[in-house]
Amino acid sequence: MLKIEGLDVSYGAAQVLRGVSLTAQAGQITCLMGRNGAGKTTLMKAIMGLLPPGAGSIALEGTLLSDLPPHEVPKQGVGYIPQGRRLFGELTVAQNIEIGLMTRGGDAALREELLEIFPRLRERLGQRADTLSGGEQQMLATARALALRPKLLLLDEPTEGLQPSMIEVIRQVVLTMRDRGVAVLLVEQRVDAVLDMADRVFVIEMGANRDEMDRATLRADPGRLRAHLGV
Amino acid sequence: MDFGPYLMLAMLEGAVLASVLALMASGLSLVFGVMRVVNVAHGEFYMLGAVMAWAVTSFIGGGPALAFIAAAILAPLLVGGLAAVADMVILKRLNYDPERTIVATIGLLYILQQATLMTYGADARPVVPPFNHRIALPWVEWGEGGLSFYFPWGLSTTSYKLFVIGAAVVLIAALRLFMTRSKAGLIMRATQLDGEMATAFGIPVERVYAAVFGVGAGLAALAGVLIVPIQQAHYLMGGDALLLSFIVVIIGGLGSLAGTIVAAVLIGMSDGIISVFFSPTLAKILATLAVALVLVFRPQGLFGGKGR
Repeated sequence: MLKIEGLDVSYGAAQVLRGVSLTAQAGQITCLMGRNGAGKTTLMKAIMGLLPPGAGSIALEGTLLSDLPPHEVPKQGVGYIPQGRRLFGELTVAQNIEIGLMTRGGDAALREELLEIFPRLRERLGQRADTLSGGEQQMLATARALALRPKLLLLDEPTEGLQPSMIEVIRQVVLTMRDRGVAVLLVEQRVDAVLDMADRVFVIEMGANRDEMDRATLRADPGRLRAHLGV
Repeated sequence: MDFGPYLMLAMLEGAVLASVLALMASGLSLVFGVMRVVNVAHGEFYMLGAVMAWAVTSFIGGGPALAFIAAAILAPLLVGGLAAVADMVILKRLNYDPERTIVATIGLLYILQQATLMTYGADARPVVPPFNHRIALPWVEWGEGGLSFYFPWGLSTTSYKLFVIGAAVVLIAALRLFMTRSKAGLIMRATQLDGEMATAFGIPVERVYAAVFGVGAGLAALAGVLIVPIQQAHYLMGGDALLLSFIVVIIGGLGSLAGTIVAAVLIGMSDGIISVFFSPTLAKILATLAVALVLVFRPQGLFGGKGR
């Protein structure tokens, strides 16, 4: 599904990613872990085409995303839930969802489906996004990304700062997407959540691949993951 | 003429200026709001609108009304198209960098101005208004028999000036509806709020920028078309209009359409009134002073946010 090979990314003169390689399969949750500043968010942005690669390639089902103009990447079915949610704050809930629906021609039925997944958003459709609570904002960011009918879903620390009930809502959505055959690439800091959900984990450190573990390895040796993160 | 009718006359003149200014400054505000580009060439798009209105009305026969309608359609389209090309050729290559685009639009200002001088000439040229009936305006006085209406000598306007006010109101309402109700307006607002996230949802931001720059220039050109039957077209007419537009968008709040409209009414009306009672120079001095005060005490303008 997603195949990244030898990816270099720089911010000006500062190189952040150095030859990163990673794969994510359909119907699996792939977790990306690393300490702060390791380059996780940079990798997410590079997949979305928001940062140009200096070297290497990013391919989705054989299509080279790294060769496409940035606005064509989401049209290939890549949904993005960024760190900090980054909603269009002055637009209403309905308009934020509409932006997502427009990307790949989503219709009223899909909109209805999203509002059934997140019924609280239905009550807030006319409300400005920046007036929602943190949990509601995360629901909206998730709904906006799901409005693309993604084949690949990128989530950058989606549970950061959320209360446990809301974390469970997001977890259920992620598991549902996996069960529907979506490839999920999840940046997550909570080791317990990763051990619970991940089918494969990639650890990056200082912008380079450090370790890779499958589900069996994670279960057999959870300390290996904790050791990388110093927890 | 008594003070009351004289004041009404001054306010009418101010309302005409406010209408044209609101239209022009809306374009400047739209461009800054979405693209964060301070377009110093905006006044030249206004001038080009007026010059093209002269060219179109001179070329097309069939009476002043038909020629004016053709000018009102063609001039904004041509100027908007020219601006979109300028965006793709110049601003896009500068990666919409705020500082470099200021210098680039100063260069564009001189290119457009001097190209107009070379082709159109230095003469001011009139455009015949599509209609221009003189309308006497009534005033009221309190007499022995109670309130009564009368028509003071000299208190009048023209149907064309009233049309300019009405047309500006309709066009600004249409712009507001376009931005808030249409799909294209939604895309422009999303781009304004977060260009990177707009890209992450499939919006071709650079194409949106070209369209916004074109629409902004088209609004300025339309303002030029509306004013030219009153003021005449001249290759240097963009300078004062640009200054007033900057005053309006700074007072209203950069990027705020509502603030722009309110500030245009304030500046236009005060300019009209002060110009009639005192002098146009004093009006400009006071408007510039108002900008200085706003920049010191409320830099984000009356309706602007704290910035992103």
